[in-house]
Amino acid sequence: MTSGHNAMIEIGPDEKGYFGEFGGRFVPETLMPALIELEKQYRQIKQDSTFQQELAYLLREYVGRPTPLYYAKNLSARLGKGVRVYLKREDLCHTGAHKINNTLGQALLAKRLGKHRIIAETGAGQHGVATATACALLGLECCVYMGSEDIERQKLNVFRMELLGAKVIEVTSGTRTLKDATSEALRDWMANCDTTHYIIGSVVGPHPFPMIVRDFQSVIGQEAREQIVQKEGKLPQAVVACVGGGSNAMGIFFPFLADEDVQLIGVEAAGHGLATGKHAASLTGGEVGVFHGAKSYVLQTPDGQITPAHSISAGLDYPGTGPEHSYLAATGRAKYDAVTDEEALAAVQLLCQSEGIIPALESAHAIAYLPKLLSRLAEGSIVIVNLSGRGDKDVYTIARSLGKSL
Amino acid sequence: MSTTNRIDAVFAKLRTKNEAALVPYLTGGFPSPEWTLPLLKSLAENGADIIELGVPFSDPIADGPTIQAACKTALENGTTLERILDIVAEFRRASDTPIVLFGALNPFLHYGFEKFAARSATVGADAVLIPDVPVEEADGIQPVLRSHGLHFIELVAPTTPFERKKLIAERASGFLYYISVKGVTGARANTRFALEEPLAELRSLTTLPVVVGFGIATPAQAQEVARLADGVVVGSALIEKIAAARDVVSACGEISGWLNELSTAIKTARLKA
Repeated sequence: MTSGHNAMIEIGPDEKGYFGEFGGRFVPETLMPALIELEKQYRQIKQDSTFQQELAYLLREYVGRPTPLYYAKNLSARLGKGVRVYLKREDLCHTGAHKINNTLGQALLAKRLGKHRIIAETGAGQHGVATATACALLGLECCVYMGSEDIERQKLNVFRMELLGAKVIEVTSGTRTLKDATSEALRDWMANCDTTHYIIGSVVGPHPFPMIVRDFQSVIGQEAREQIVQKEGKLPQAVVACVGGGSNAMGIFFPFLADEDVQLIGVEAAGHGLATGKHAASLTGGEVGVFHGAKSYVLQTPDGQITPAHSISAGLDYPGTGPEHSYLAATGRAKYDAVTDEEALAAVQLLCQSEGIIPALESAHAIAYLPKLLSRLAEGSIVIVNLSGRGDKDVYTIARSLGKSL
Repeated sequence: MSTTNRIDAVFAKLRTKNEAALVPYLTGGFPSPEWTLPLLKSLAENGADIIELGVPFSDPIADGPTIQAACKTALENGTTLERILDIVAEFRRASDTPIVLFGALNPFLHYGFEKFAARSATVGADAVLIPDVPVEEADGIQPVLRSHGLHFIELVAPTTPFERKKLIAERASGFLYYISVKGVTGARANTRFALEEPLAELRSLTTLPVVVGFGIATPAQAQEVARLADGVVVGSALIEKIAAARDVVSACGEISGWLNELSTAIKTARLKA
């Protein structure tokens, strides 16, 4: 790596599972042997060409990869300054979001590990659906933990999971949302780690999960980097992605980490606004803490209790974030900012009307950041936005927010 | 350590009597902070040899429904780490029963770990058990506690392989905590615990006392465990009794009889064996 304007960074994690001071394995002893074994096996299996071929086959033939890198001409024109915006179309993946890249990889991994039962957590249900899909395809038993609040809000996805053969387990503890579903999945894993693999949905949790999920999602950035060079003959000035736990962002950022002149920008959910306290922006509005097995930025009270997050987008509605994002933020290699529910809603309409694409509310946060980014970009800059998911799942929420009843 | 830790003194005494310790777990501030001091005193007066005092956390991943709910109620009723440390200070004026502070790492970190360790020692706590700090993460934790004369209690699980048990046993002080079941805390009245092999293995690795917890709910179970272990933890079953009481006086009354039963069962375990 040559020295540029960005801070020097190490590609993590280290042997203890840390990215700088972030990450680690803060879990009960009962889980430690399973984590150590998972890391050891994963490092071997990753090198195995049969495994790689099997995964590549499924990503190509089943998921529909590579996804297009689409030049959004009309959106670019609306933004002005001759900026050229490209959308990485993860919304065109089977099941409608990038989540499937990880669940297929981990489900194949579980089969190699000889684990026939899969557990997962889900908030809005996208990761749950992607896990149920991978399990149906590969013949694995699937249990998805979901908070009772989310079950109520996302009935359609609950039914999709059940249709795919998964069992949805209602979580009634705590705030009855994603963070409690994650806790409950960890508890299940403590009791059943001999027979069960936990497919965590984002680059969060104890080591080696942030590494495994990042690796499986890096296909996004690998493709995007090749595609932009092919189309434009050079790298972009900026890559923008939304960040909740941060899997789509890590997936697209990772292959660009060494390209020091490419700005990496993560957009968090500011909910009702950072000042209101009702947001999900752990990097821009949280503090360092230990939560769900890793040291990272997290939303918490002055007494170190985890506070519930808020975002209109259920996929970003999580009070923590991946440790590698915390590291990229601390070193300055990536910048993080946040946009509100209202700005995300406006971005949904902007993309619908300019490009005929209904983005997921999560991905709309990345789109919403473009006007803010513009002032910092030179004329004619190239920007890639990760369009991590499609918005069909969100139409009821969007309609309600716009004062329409369906 | 310069002075003898109260935990070491208790086990030394019990060893001469060939008895195991009764170690009740109480969620600090449950159901509200006002209950905690009288409950601690009642535990100490009715046979508790060591008390585990839980510091509630919003997202306790090692706990089952009973202690999760107790944490939630305690936090809703204004329990903080500071308040719990104040209660320990008051308790220490009335009793010498050792206290193990038991809780998730984040509240301790956020308080300032060095400050937490110093104040815990000052108020008269004797050890700290942090279930989400395995041996790999203990480097910044254990030495800080030790420098203040506090034990850092290490845990061994049914999933822990032999080499790892060895590593943990080498680092441990005070006592080793053996988790009797795979899974979370919570009363399992009908479970029989498979302790013979794992405890024999631990005995070959350490002379430290071995305390067993998770799932033990009845005097009969406690007695069985006490035949092999040096201490028996009862947690969720105790919390359930407190949760059912209408006020703190009746809670103390309710638990005192039951604790005496547990204590008798434990103290006579090896006579019958």
